[in-house]
Amino acid sequence: MEKNGKKNGIALFSGIIFGLGLGLSQMIDRQRVLGFLDLAGTWDPTLLFVLLSAVTVTAIAFRFVFSRLRPIFAEKFYVPTRQDIDSRLVAGAAIFGIGWGVSGYCPGPGISALAIGSWNPVLFLMAMATGMIVFNRFNKQ
Amino acid sequence: MVAFEPVTALIGGSLIGLSATLLLLFNGQIAGISGIVNGAIEFKADRNWRWLFIAGLLIGGWLYERAIASQPTPTDEFSPWPMIIGGLLVGVGTRLGNGCTSGHGVCGLGRLSVRSLVAVLTFLTTGFITVFVTRHVLLLG
Repeated sequence: MEKNGKKNGIALFSGIIFGLGLGLSQMIDRQRVLGFLDLAGTWDPTLLFVLLSAVTVTAIAFRFVFSRLRPIFAEKFYVPTRQDIDSRLVAGAAIFGIGWGVSGYCPGPGISALAIGSWNPVLFLMAMATGMIVFNRFNKQ
Repeated sequence: MVAFEPVTALIGGSLIGLSATLLLLFNGQIAGISGIVNGAIEFKADRNWRWLFIAGLLIGGWLYERAIASQPTPTDEFSPWPMIIGGLLVGVGTRLGNGCTSGHGVCGLGRLSVRSLVAVLTFLTTGFITVFVTRHVLLLG
């Protein structure tokens, strides 16, 4: 129980840090995201800077993390092991990209954007959850 | 539209990378938000940390908006159809392709995963095409 408490605390804390990062980098403003995706318009490089700085941190820090035998509060690393490129991966990413371009939200910014007081992220998240639930139902059969 | 601010974009992106590092180092979990949301909705067990991470995303966004932002994040007009269509596609696509901008982008690229690189290049491409079509072909604004 005590260990679960610590893990829950880390989850809450890292969620807050992630949300602060999405706010500071203005990814919670969907027009910024759409501005990045609009290569033929007034291109906004913000998202490129955000993704590159985030990946620079993870690419360096993950090397040190994975040099450990196990995480600090958990028994093992829960990391995907698949390495094959299949049609589901490509089709899924393609569908996700279309939804991203239509709405200007991906899952993280959609949640943090609830703080800006607009109905857009509320509706986006309800539709996203519906999409996941419907997919899971069909995928089970 | 506020001007491009490279320094806050880099700080925000670094915080996102730091968050993903903390979650992996302490809990052994990948900060893939579509997967976390799906688990929070669908799993029977081990879902508390997922809801806490989601709560953290919201708190982080709120803290940014209340305590850090020099001006409120702009709320554009209510756009129900892009939210519904985009949200459904994001929900289905992230399940089929096992991840979104955080899981495949921030974490997957940090792990040097080829599957994630393929996913990122795919959703960027369809995102670019989608915004080109909606803004410059269909002229939807």
